[in-house]
Amino acid sequence: MMKLSALQQSYLNRRPGSFRGAAPLDSSADGANKSPAAVFWLVLHGLCCLISLVLGFRFSRLVFFFIFSTSITTNTNHFMAPFRQLTTTTTAADVASDLPSNPVGDAALNGTRVVVGRHGIRIRPWPHPDPIEVMKAHQIIERVQREQRNQFVVKNPRTVIAVTPTYVRTFQTLHLTGVVHSLMLVPYDVVWIVVEAGGVTNETAAIISKSGVKTIHIGVDEKMPNTWEGRHKLEAKMRLRALRVVREKRLDGIVMFADDSNVHSMELFDEIQSTKWFGAVSIGILAHSGGAEKEKKQAIPVQGPACNASSKLAGWHTFDPQPYEGNSAIFIDDRATVLPMKLEWAGFVLNSRLLWKDVEDKPHWSRDLDSVVDDDIESPLSLLKDPSMVEPLGSCGKQVLLWWLRVEARADSKFPAG
Amino acid sequence: MEIRNCVLALILCHAAFVSCAVGLGRNPPTERISGSAGDVLEDDPVGRLKVFVYELPSKYNKKILQKDQRCLNHMFAAEIYMHRFLLSSPVRTLNPAEADWFYTPVYTTCDLTPNGLPLPFKSPRMMRSAIQLISSNWPYWNRTEGADHFFVVPHDFGACFHYQEEKAIERGILTMLRRATLVQTFGQRNHVCLKEGSITVPPYAPPQKMQSHLIPEKTPRAIFVYFRGLFYDVGNDPEGGYYARGARAAVWENFKDNPLFDISTEHPTTYYEDMQRAVFCLCPLGWAPWSPRLVEAVVFGCIPVIIADDIVLPFADAIPWEEIGVFVDEKDVPNLDTILTSIPPETILRKQRLLANPSMKQAMLFPQPAQPGDAFHQVLNGLARKLPHDKSIYLAPGEKVLNWTAGPVGDLKPW
Repeated sequence: MMKLSALQQSYLNRRPGSFRGAAPLDSSADGANKSPAAVFWLVLHGLCCLISLVLGFRFSRLVFFFIFSTSITTNTNHFMAPFRQLTTTTTAADVASDLPSNPVGDAALNGTRVVVGRHGIRIRPWPHPDPIEVMKAHQIIERVQREQRNQFVVKNPRTVIAVTPTYVRTFQTLHLTGVVHSLMLVPYDVVWIVVEAGGVTNETAAIISKSGVKTIHIGVDEKMPNTWEGRHKLEAKMRLRALRVVREKRLDGIVMFADDSNVHSMELFDEIQSTKWFGAVSIGILAHSGGAEKEKKQAIPVQGPACNASSKLAGWHTFDPQPYEGNSAIFIDDRATVLPMKLEWAGFVLNSRLLWKDVEDKPHWSRDLDSVVDDDIESPLSLLKDPSMVEPLGSCGKQVLLWWLRVEARADSKFPAG
Repeated sequence: MEIRNCVLALILCHAAFVSCAVGLGRNPPTERISGSAGDVLEDDPVGRLKVFVYELPSKYNKKILQKDQRCLNHMFAAEIYMHRFLLSSPVRTLNPAEADWFYTPVYTTCDLTPNGLPLPFKSPRMMRSAIQLISSNWPYWNRTEGADHFFVVPHDFGACFHYQEEKAIERGILTMLRRATLVQTFGQRNHVCLKEGSITVPPYAPPQKMQSHLIPEKTPRAIFVYFRGLFYDVGNDPEGGYYARGARAAVWENFKDNPLFDISTEHPTTYYEDMQRAVFCLCPLGWAPWSPRLVEAVVFGCIPVIIADDIVLPFADAIPWEEIGVFVDEKDVPNLDTILTSIPPETILRKQRLLANPSMKQAMLFPQPAQPGDAFHQVLNGLARKLPHDKSIYLAPGEKVLNWTAGPVGDLKPW
């Protein structure tokens, strides 16, 4: 008896650092002097412990699996472990597939369906995700997130009117698909105005039709020149054309300029919802040299509104072309650094009502679109009489919400088909 | 006719005003919490009851705490903070003759192992010794044999003073506490260790630590179900089946490869942040049915999925848990995904609104210093709701109801 207890003691001591192991030893020692059956079980237990010690693992589960495993029913259960402590006053519950057995226990346990002791681990026959339920869960998540957005981000979301000037060239698919994906992720209504240089083409139409958002595809007859300067000028004209469409159709929402090679963050679309009339965001300028020379370690230039200490618009951070003097690209497929303009269009957003005719509460500091002459528009600030009324967005310009990038291929290259 | 019209108009105006007030509401929209005891979360207990705190020698409280400061941070710390709260609370009275309730500050859950788990082996003797002290030095115990006294026993199975359920049931509630009101974390219907009239409280969770891990509320909740913890207790129950009555193991086996269930045994540093990005947080039973996960889920706005048959949740008469959490029977665990995805989205949004109610979150916490509506006040509210005491609790002088020598022999040794 003593030897067995010592064996059990040593076995239990193998458990790392758990003091709860002391308890079973207690109860089994108590039970030893009950009856021959108890003694028999104890001896069997000790024997199996010895065997386990020799083998190095508890073989009881295997034994019982082979001896007692029954046919698999709709509720497959893993079956019980072996050695019930006969001294416990509550019996281990046999969780069979049909009958819930009532325990023979203390009087105090009567009337409860919760049983103390070992239970089976219920595993259903196909413990893998069901695709319909996964879809339902995603719908639930989407509903929850929509509610969160309504409560914490913006109360009355307005339509986003994205204006993109584009033209057919090698990297058009690459850049435009980026914009397509960004707009597909926007959680608000989107109207996408695509203005194409050289007239409407099927290639462009094919790309933008994949977006799933409402698109207005306009063509401008002039072909895109092959110098950056010419391109900037034509793009300005194309954007004005789009603004005129907004005015004609009286589209309601917030106009933002999504150039096809820019990278937009989703927070941009949340942030512009708070525009009242005319807002400005900070753009990060990714001006790279096309690998023509070794890059010097420089901070990334940022273009956007600058605020003073009291969070009011005090001026503008513009792009300084000085470090790139003489090194910048002139033709579109030059392998030199492409420079942005002083203030890019993409950094401005405006309330579409600013463009409408006959709107009563339009602010007096905005110019009517018809009075704007095409040729000298460099940035949308020309639409305002008083540029100090611009609202700085993105924690007063401290957050960079989009990245300006211009990458174009050589004129004679082709985008891989398929 | 005239008067009736006026009255009708008044009622309509009032209704319009109330609906306006609710509509303009606080930011974000929340819903009022009404339990079976009514809208009582915001009740103020001051003036409704008086509590007398016994002055016990410091070996029952301060010295124990000095020996191990970890008692202030573990989930059983409610007993210590309750004592500190009562010492400086306006409900405390220094005159025992006018007291409605008597409190005995004895820290029974502060004898910790090197791992930090409390050993309950000396607790019955400690409690017994404390009661012997108060019954011999003050007349109030013998007056009612403890029926107007309350004790905080936050251990696994309350006043049964054992961590193993079978042992705890064998012991039953300590004989001397059978007439007193017990404030405990353990709650399970039809269980020996939950007596009629006990007040269930949440386990202690550190309020400052949780506050410091809050993330902006607009962060979208993208995790469907979240759980971190053990599924098998390999040290104490290697084959599974004892721990959590097999429920946690069932969760693991059924959902370990389900992408909707973010469950694992890791201890990430972003645990609190992750809970705030989850829609549902599982709160299954462990060795005992209660868990601090419930508190964390409520504070972080994650809907608690409670998998513990017949559990009694904290302040169950004041908080309508059925409307706030999701209850899943242990036998239904294999169908957990079906159950959770078939809840209509409107119900889920309503539960989130109820959880967003600040008085709900406050009621689950034990902040220092105490704040209105927190768990301390809910306990006092619960005690106040039990007043006035029934005349039958007062015994005739010399009359004894409790058997002071009942229980295991080891309990009778002096402490």
